[in-house]
Amino acid sequence: MTGEIERHEYDVVIIGAGGAGLRAAVECLAKKVRTALVCKSLLGKAHTVMAEGGVAAALGNVWPEDNWQVHFRDTMRGGKMLNNWRMAQLHAQEAPDRVLELEEWGALFDRTGDGRILQRDFGGHRYARLAHVGDRTGLELIRTMQQRAVSEGIDVYMECKIVRLTKDESGAVNGAVGFFRETGRFVAFSAKAVVLATGGIGKAWKFTSNSWESTADGQALALWAGADLIDMECVQFHPTGMVWPPSARGLLVTEGVRGDGGVLKNSDGRRFMFDYISPYFAKETADTIEEGDRWYDDKSFRRPPELLPRDEVARAINSEVKAGRGSPHGGVFLDIASRRSPEEIKRRLPSMYHQFKQLADVDISTDPMEVGPTCHYANGGVRVDADTARTTVAGLYAAGEVAGGLHGANRLGGNSLSDLLVFGRRAGLAAAEHALGTTGRPSLDEAAVAEVVSHAASFFNDDGGESPYVVHADLQETMQNLVGIVRTESELVEAGQRLGELTERAKKVSVSGARVFNPGWHLALDLESMLSCAKCTMLGALERRESRGGQTREDFPKADPELEKVNMVTRLSGDEVTVTPEAKPVMPDELAKLFEEAK
Amino acid sequence: MMPIDTEPGTGGQPLPAEHKEPPSSRVPAEIVMKLWRGDAGGGEFVEYRLPAEEGEVVLDVVHRIQAHDAPDLAVRWNCKAGKCGSCSAEINGRPRLMCMTRMSTLPPGEPITISPMRGFPIMRDLVTDVSYNFEVAKQIPALRPGPKPPEGYRMAQIDIDRGQEFRKCIECFLCQNVCHVIRDHEEHKAHYAGPRFFVRLAELEMHPLDTLDRRAYIRERMGIGLCNITKCCTEVCPEDIHITDNAIIPLKERVVDAAFDPIAWLGRKIRRRPSPMSASEVAALGAAARSEASGGG
Ligand SMILES: Cc1cc2nc3c(=O)[nH]c(=O)nc-3n(C[C@H](O)[C@H](O)[C@H](O)COP(=O)(O)OP(=O)(O)OC[C@H]3O[C@@H](n4cnc5c(N)ncnc54)[C@H](O)[C@@H]3O)c2cc1C
Ligand code: SF4
Ligand code: SF4
Ligand code: FES
Repeated sequence: MTGEIERHEYDVVIIGAGGAGLRAAVECLAKKVRTALVCKSLLGKAHTVMAEGGVAAALGNVWPEDNWQVHFRDTMRGGKMLNNWRMAQLHAQEAPDRVLELEEWGALFDRTGDGRILQRDFGGHRYARLAHVGDRTGLELIRTMQQRAVSEGIDVYMECKIVRLTKDESGAVNGAVGFFRETGRFVAFSAKAVVLATGGIGKAWKFTSNSWESTADGQALALWAGADLIDMECVQFHPTGMVWPPSARGLLVTEGVRGDGGVLKNSDGRRFMFDYISPYFAKETADTIEEGDRWYDDKSFRRPPELLPRDEVARAINSEVKAGRGSPHGGVFLDIASRRSPEEIKRRLPSMYHQFKQLADVDISTDPMEVGPTCHYANGGVRVDADTARTTVAGLYAAGEVAGGLHGANRLGGNSLSDLLVFGRRAGLAAAEHALGTTGRPSLDEAAVAEVVSHAASFFNDDGGESPYVVHADLQETMQNLVGIVRTESELVEAGQRLGELTERAKKVSVSGARVFNPGWHLALDLESMLSCAKCTMLGALERRESRGGQTREDFPKADPELEKVNMVTRLSGDEVTVTPEAKPVMPDELAKLFEEAK
Repeated sequence: MMPIDTEPGTGGQPLPAEHKEPPSSRVPAEIVMKLWRGDAGGGEFVEYRLPAEEGEVVLDVVHRIQAHDAPDLAVRWNCKAGKCGSCSAEINGRPRLMCMTRMSTLPPGEPITISPMRGFPIMRDLVTDVSYNFEVAKQIPALRPGPKPPEGYRMAQIDIDRGQEFRKCIECFLCQNVCHVIRDHEEHKAHYAGPRFFVRLAELEMHPLDTLDRRAYIRERMGIGLCNITKCCTEVCPEDIHITDNAIIPLKERVVDAAFDPIAWLGRKIRRRPSPMSASEVAALGAAARSEASGGG
């Protein structure tokens, strides 16, 4: 029934071909190690193509005052200081070089008048910092690195889903087992090092901006292999997703709309964000409309509150809708039409214009959009060493959205694409060096491989189990309602029970048909990952008794200074996921000073 | 290409005119969708009936069929926002993205047929084998920038506008699907890049930092001469890239230059030198490029 298992041997196997995986691949090729790139979709389709607004890097092209220290500080404050300081430092320092090298590989960013890379404003960034290409920056990144990797001769295994990692006697990761979606054929890779670059977890929620691929596979692969995850409770709900039509609900409306002048209004026409300026950001936020509007051209004024970090804006929208001041379809209004000329809107935000026109029949250059929060980004993820992206398991590396630490409790817009470049490169480099320093050939534990294969194939049965689509829909409902933007103990406990039941149901789903390109089967396996990580999120949310960034507790509405010092670590103990608060690395004094001065 | 016993596409026939009805208009209560189901060995259209829902696109309906009636229905998609180019298919014979086709723009009350792209071998249901495109991609000679000046490369916006148009390509391969050179002649695939990759080659050729001469290669190995400018590719491009006018025709002109006038080519390359420029130099360059472009050079 399972057929012959295809075999491959490499120095480094990279799982995931989004921005992080591609950047890791480019680095491995430069180090001349034998490298395989494995992805669930076709090459070039990864979730990263959807990124719109831009990539954050303190190039200082528009505001020469900008530098890595300012970017570092913005990132830490946006993350409510829960960030791994060393990652935030490396990220801010290296992002400019990572963006500039893309140009040498063919990227064409929008330009300033003097021919340099243009940068745009985004929430939480003190200066206009996002290098961009209209509102299709992710596509530019993907295509540039894809073309680079292909021209350097990368081996790509497309439409291949990895189901489990394998380990040697010493406990080090030495390979990966999966199957080709196109044919259903199983495949086992042996490798000296494995890099996880599998992206996010959004598909566990009902309303999400994420693609079908974001099913928490990498987080789960790491967890099952014995690695630690951190701060999985800090899920980012992006404030502006489409709310209508129903089928487009959750699709992202880029923050670039607000960066380029768009404002949020409630049903009374009031710019309600002025009512939600938290003391934490009061010093740097405009408190009158006049001041806010002048900021776009003169950065000596304070920024408008529409550009507060995402967690703040998402909570404010949530409150307005709850208070009955929402738009007809349960969101609020995002208005750029009354603020910029139609020509400018179409030029600066072409794909947003297109998206609303095609999907909602709304012309954003003349009418306001309706928007509301949507599940967007996993701030937490696999615990890694800042310099090398090494996980807590030997031979296993992680970079991009799947890794945790850089963004703390809340990511700033634009900091993901730069994350992919900076830590994709570092993960590739460290994995390549690890491989070069490893003698002998990896040999897979054949019994373990066979077990993975027979487990995966076991969903084809005539037991009359439920459809995986039904279990998935119930999981999404559970996470949306009980582990959403605002959480509370009783609901989290209930979520825990339901996740237990769903896990049992997911084990018994049945799929029909053949193994050739069978989405029902793929979903049955994706469910395992989503459920494992949903439990981590639920447990972290329960344990973190405070509100901080992507974790908002109705019953603990304030941040607790003690909890700023800890990561919520989730790991497997036996078959159970456990959660433990553990101290996070302490920032050295010379960096801590940056925050004193700012006060 | 594998033969299929039901004809899913329109072949070389002209595409039916799109039904023009305001998208917000009423949707019929029931949808009848005929999906092509089968594999390389053959298949047939299978009819599904389901209630209409507000504001849906074709891909939503396909997903509902998948969730309720046909869990093993094979279909590719990722972004559901027209950004990844995964969900290409032929809707009522017209090559398009399923996620960007609103149900309300299709003739109400009539069955809707969805078939896989006809230009590529069928794998299963709506999924085709598009590996040919990835093979061509490997043969494209990469960008070769000139030496990097100490203060970094400069490029004027006007010099990259065209390149940015080309880089909007989402690799949906709809243009490859309709190009008759590929669609009707399996034997051409070995030495024909197709419209998507003419766009890519044009982008490289017009890239301000590039120094490589690909002209002989484009003529001899990429088969640009086989294109007879039917413009079918341009018509289906969901990104509105002017494939023929802006990429293929200029590329054909350059390739002719290569055969007869190496100096003209060199002139073009040198003028786009990758060295630091002052703002006024960049502006002057932009103006020159503009006048050159309007002069048809
Ligand atoms: C609509 C939208 C807009 C955004 N805009 C911005 C922006 O403007 N700026 C910004 O900085 N960030 C933005 N983000 C966030 C950013 O795009 C993502 O966080 C980032 O692209 C993640 O990249 P990645 O490389 O980690 O993973 P992804 O791009 O998600 O790629 C994951 C890869 O892993 C593969 N994979 C997953 N599981 C498996 C498995 N089991 N086996 C094999 N392969 C697997 C997938 O096939 C894919 O190739 C946006 C996100 C969204 C949704
Ligand atoms: S114009 Fe050329 S490339 Fe385009 S479809 Fe016609 S023959 Fe093919
Ligand atoms: S050029 Fe247009 S039609 Fe062709 S692959 Fe690109 S986006 Fe699709
Ligand atoms: S799903 Fe991405 S283009 Fe249709």
